[in-house]
Amino acid sequence: MTSDLFRFAAPQAFFPIAGKLIPWFSILAGLLAIAGLYVAFFVAPTDATQGESYRIIFIHVPAAWMSMFIYVVMAGWAGLGLALNTRLSGMMSSALAPTGAMFTFLALWTGALWGKPTWGTYWVWDARLTSELVLLFLYLGFIALKQAIPDPVRADRAGAILALVGVVNVPIIYFSVQWWNTLHQGASVSLTRAPAMAATMLLGMLLMALAAWMYSIATALARVRTIILERERDAEWVRLQRAAA
Amino acid sequence: MSEFLAMGGYGFYVWGSYGVTALCICLEIFFLRSRKQKS
Repeated sequence: MTSDLFRFAAPQAFFPIAGKLIPWFSILAGLLAIAGLYVAFFVAPTDATQGESYRIIFIHVPAAWMSMFIYVVMAGWAGLGLALNTRLSGMMSSALAPTGAMFTFLALWTGALWGKPTWGTYWVWDARLTSELVLLFLYLGFIALKQAIPDPVRADRAGAILALVGVVNVPIIYFSVQWWNTLHQGASVSLTRAPAMAATMLLGMLLMALAAWMYSIATALARVRTIILERERDAEWVRLQRAAA
Repeated sequence: MSEFLAMGGYGFYVWGSYGVTALCICLEIFFLRSRKQKS
């Protein structure tokens, strides 16, 4: 069992598997997004207090969830690489960072556009917004640091330390609305409480969140394949792969 | 249709959110493709 797991940790073994999985995750992402958008615009009712402006929630919440979740997975891969010296781990963390940064930017952007009509301002320096902005800088710092170091092994190590230190920011983002007095509302979705919104609103949000998951997996797999080709440029199997393609 | 696009007066905020999201996804896929071509 362990030997099987480690076999797929070799870039050469992982490359074709990732290639086979990408179309499936892409199709799932597309179908879930279509269903999610349909529910978001044609099924979910108008909000009693916020009118139509609340429909931003169907992007904002999934984007914010992904921004935090991808960071944890990225730091997990980075930490695994640091501990076990597996070649694929550093590549996986590099592959996740741009998608994570994109979702962090989108969470901030859609939050600003939602903040203006509901709070009267695009931006406030409150705990939730500021810690999410710090997350964007962590992603960008991670990408920049890795690109600045030419030796991939050293780049992976330095990046892993940054990613692991930065992971403390994720619970700060999540619990910021409880720990501090913020303008941002508390969590609307909880496993222990009844949902604070209409069932169709929740359904739309969950469909969009699942679409974001599938999209993230597809893009991360596509990017890791490119990174594998870039890094293992001189390996025999990559040359054969190129010749066949 | 125009009523739908107006989003009850919140069109700028709603479509600004969805539009930039769509743009980001297109850009990410474009950059992924071009990086793959180069590799």
